[in-house]
Amino acid sequence: MKESKKEVIMKTALTLFAKKGFYVTTIADIAKEMGMSVGNMYNYFASKEALAKELLLYTSRKFGDEIRKINEQTITSKEKIEKIIELYFTMAVNEPELVDYFMRVYLSNKEIFNNGCEGMLCVSAFVTEIMIFFEEGVRKKELKNQDFFVAFGLFMGYIGGIVFLNNDGVLPKPLSEYSKDVSENIYNALKA
Amino acid sequence: MLLKPKIIWIDGVGCNGCSHSFFNLTYIDTLLNKIELLYHPLLDTDEFKIQKSDILIIEGALKDNFQKFNKNLIEIVEDLFSLTTKIIALGSCASFGGIFGEGILFNKENLGRFYNYKDKIINLPGCPIHPEWLGYVLEMIITKKPIVLDEENRPKEIYSFVSHSGCVRNEYFDWKVDSEDFGTKEGCLFYNQGCQGPFTHSSCNKILWNEVSSKPRAGLPCFGCTERNFPKINLFQTDTMMGIPTKIPLGVNKRAYLTLAGIAKSLKNERLEKRLFEYEKTNNKN
Repeated sequence: MKESKKEVIMKTALTLFAKKGFYVTTIADIAKEMGMSVGNMYNYFASKEALAKELLLYTSRKFGDEIRKINEQTITSKEKIEKIIELYFTMAVNEPELVDYFMRVYLSNKEIFNNGCEGMLCVSAFVTEIMIFFEEGVRKKELKNQDFFVAFGLFMGYIGGIVFLNNDGVLPKPLSEYSKDVSENIYNALKA
Repeated sequence: MLLKPKIIWIDGVGCNGCSHSFFNLTYIDTLLNKIELLYHPLLDTDEFKIQKSDILIIEGALKDNFQKFNKNLIEIVEDLFSLTTKIIALGSCASFGGIFGEGILFNKENLGRFYNYKDKIINLPGCPIHPEWLGYVLEMIITKKPIVLDEENRPKEIYSFVSHSGCVRNEYFDWKVDSEDFGTKEGCLFYNQGCQGPFTHSSCNKILWNEVSSKPRAGLPCFGCTERNFPKINLFQTDTMMGIPTKIPLGVNKRAYLTLAGIAKSLKNERLEKRLFEYEKTNNKN
């Protein structure tokens, strides 16, 4: 019971963070939106920092679980790339607050996450799945054996950048229409 | 008094390294007093002849058309096999082919030509074997105690451990701190230097060599010499795929291992991040 309420609070917080920004949004704002007392809110999250950390774990796990489903399919690495990008772009459109949180809050405000979310601590669910995807691609001789971070940066930096452009309204076409070309570019950069 | 077990020890294609290692067994005199050594290639024994034995020790690999005592090695082995009760395949070459050729019971990728003798054979891989390993097996046979074997006919008492067990660098492995150079006291050799300890079956770090040390303790990676695929190429290099070790510790799935490794690396153990002598307790922030 407590867990599901927690999840609703997190979703509400994500929406408010996306709308008003992380720093401006207070625990009181979230409580108000939820129709809860501020005191009751603190029963769920001890501070805004604690909430921020849990949100990161939540988004990472959510994305990681979806990539895991793709990893477990018996398809080629090329097809996996297409599916991961489709997944990310779909999430960016349908649940923009999730991707927005990851890019605008987590990646841009590392100081919030210095205590307990350093390195892989809160994003390991997602990064581990990308590792497994890369490693299996190399094992099957479909992807080139290279440094993990070189490949990871290329992959995530590229799709993150496109979603960023989309969210800023710069892209002339809907995000989904870029999926095929982006997938192909990534595959060409990673293939064996 | 019981009759002493008769032992024939012959060498196939090899370097006699396992013999030399065995000679370092601290209680070798006591052990040799308990057996009757009919033949050994390096010790002062009678001349070789095909005869009955209780234990046959074969050191070195098999090879077609390899001449030994003016006879084909394979034929000699065949003759001796039918005249013995227990066979010890000594070292990686006899067990799996190793450096020089063909194994008795197994080759690197398939079954060996004497697989039919599986029930008689005890594999003792190692390049060379640890003297205590042969000492243990002989004592067990002499005292008629059962030796439990694994699926590759290796005694579980020795080979159910991995050489990682007891390694003094385990703290560095736990916290994912790599060794930058050879010969330093600090750092784990698994990530860059090719150490195969976490998936190599042996008790090298439990029963030390010369009662003193082991390869990883001295700063050298475990070469995986007790495994069927020994030797791999590039022994001083960890094989990786996109930076992820190709082989991970035994008994854990890849997803779990990567998660744990990522978390340990992120948490950082400050004491292990620098040379041990340079660390001072006052640095500890806690």
